[in-house]
Amino acid sequence: MSMPGLANMSDPSPLLVVEDLKVHFPIKAGTLVQRQVASVKAVDGVSFLLNRGETLGLVGESGCGKSTTGLAVLRMLDITAGRVVFDGEDITRHDRAAMRPIRKRMQMVYQDPYGSLNPRMKVVDLIAEPMIVHDLLPNRAARADRARELLALVGLRPDMADRYIHEFSGGQRQRIGVARALSMEPDLLICDEPVSALDVSIQAQIVNLFQDLQQSLGLTYIFVAHDLAVVRHISDRIAVMYLGRIAEIADRETLYRRPLHPYTQALLAAVPIPDPEIEATRPQIAVAGEVPSALNPPPGCRFHTRCPLAVARCRTEEPALRDVGAGQMVSCHLV
Amino acid sequence: MSAVVQAAQVLPTQRGPVVDFFIRLFREKPLGAIGFVVVLLFLFCGIFADVIAPYGMNQISPANRLKPPSARFWLGTDHLGRDMFSRLLYGAQLSVIIGFAAATLATVISVLLGIVTGYLGGKVDLVIQRMVDAWMSFPDLIILIVVVSVLGPGMPQVIFVLGLVFGIGGSRIVRGAVVSVRENMYVHAAQSMGASTARILLQHILPNILPPVIVLFTTRVGAVILVESGLSFLGFGVPPPAPTWGGLLSGSGRTYMYMAPWLALAPGLCITIVVYAINVLGDAMRDLLDPRMRGSR
Repeated sequence: MSMPGLANMSDPSPLLVVEDLKVHFPIKAGTLVQRQVASVKAVDGVSFLLNRGETLGLVGESGCGKSTTGLAVLRMLDITAGRVVFDGEDITRHDRAAMRPIRKRMQMVYQDPYGSLNPRMKVVDLIAEPMIVHDLLPNRAARADRARELLALVGLRPDMADRYIHEFSGGQRQRIGVARALSMEPDLLICDEPVSALDVSIQAQIVNLFQDLQQSLGLTYIFVAHDLAVVRHISDRIAVMYLGRIAEIADRETLYRRPLHPYTQALLAAVPIPDPEIEATRPQIAVAGEVPSALNPPPGCRFHTRCPLAVARCRTEEPALRDVGAGQMVSCHLV
Repeated sequence: MSAVVQAAQVLPTQRGPVVDFFIRLFREKPLGAIGFVVVLLFLFCGIFADVIAPYGMNQISPANRLKPPSARFWLGTDHLGRDMFSRLLYGAQLSVIIGFAAATLATVISVLLGIVTGYLGGKVDLVIQRMVDAWMSFPDLIILIVVVSVLGPGMPQVIFVLGLVFGIGGSRIVRGAVVSVRENMYVHAAQSMGASTARILLQHILPNILPPVIVLFTTRVGAVILVESGLSFLGFGVPPPAPTWGGLLSGSGRTYMYMAPWLALAPGLCITIVVYAINVLGDAMRDLLDPRMRGSR
């Protein structure tokens, strides 16, 4: 179903390929001579494709590795193993200098619209900064003009350019954050919980802004979130993550209509229905216990410690992410 | 809220940022403006001491020893009959130069060390800050005595040593501020857009650590003037008969405190007033340079 936006449909090669991505954070002990005693396996074998003009939603509980995946794609973190290929170029081991031209093409929108904008810079300078860094426009006046255009594009008044950031509301700040991300005309936007810090009424506006911009600019999004309603609204495909791995990935309609992984089912069942009578009678899927530690993930299927359906095999054998048809991939022995 | 926004919007004009700053200083921060005027006044006295002073700074008059303030000697005379008012004016020259020069040097050293160790972190931080620990564990006086015995006493040596001592100690404060600013997401955002380290330090870190740096500077000016007085007392500061305020206070001022209290009172008041004026000016600057404080009082 929903095929990506119109702008880049002509190029069939995927914009981003992530293969068996692993990001482990070492835990070191010792003050003078440090040695690694353990590692937090924040992301432990994640693979997905991202087509041009598409939106991939990454959902999961806190600590499941969804934000880490986004940061690893941006190469803000060192990748332990696996590959990240951006537009045909393997960037897994790029150093800072090699990443510079790539940074122009992938940008991040942050969760916290208060902390992610320098309070001592005017809006015009905030939006123009990427243009200065990448030497996009020759002079200050041209950059300021472009910044005003971008303000208009994200639904703010161009004359707001000379104000400081504390004069804006959360939703307005998030629009400024988007304008900054767009000033380099990137191909890929990684949105790390971009609406979860906003009021619900503002969330809808910002989500709509993301969709409008995708339509007009042909952007590709990775949309990290924990709010299933928001993700459903904006995503073409959704990947459900659990403890550093993808439990299930499918296009939006399939995932919400026919979730196959027990974790996805539990996650969707946890969304309350805004009608007390239906809410009281609807089937509940109980997931017991806490998420295990990423320091020492359980053997076999990572979800088996909380899975209501777990069998003996789940405790020993790790399920692969298998294609079950119609682009739906599930990592479960029972499917 | 919108009223505040409107008010803030009216202010920016075609004036330059410096002119704009002073207009706002006088309009929004009367106390800071007074501090500014007082500092200017003392600078003026120091610079034009030769013109204003009724007597030479070391002109003695044995007949008029320890005279109380009068029409002839406005602030009295010391035990050699030197005019206190003239000596204070010349002292302003020395003390203000030493205070500002050493505090500036100290702040520059603090900011450089603090930014490097705070932003880079890791091994660089560990090594440099352990060296700072070692330095700080020496009593300042010993370092000073060593330097002065090698270089001989004099104003440049005092400025150099006080700048170094205060600068290295103050790097801790700057480092702490840098460490907290570094964690802000706007720094992460700058890194993710591919900005250079120099750009991040100058555009994002430095402006946001300005409040503690300004306070550091203003407190250092006062501290330097005070410490210099202690050094002069021990004979390691600017050597007599040069009339630094500290020297006046701890020399004749202390010896003749009961017979001639004006000798201690006059330089003591000068030090107090200048230090206080610099502090209120610093506070006002810190608030005015913070865009979040626009339009507040």
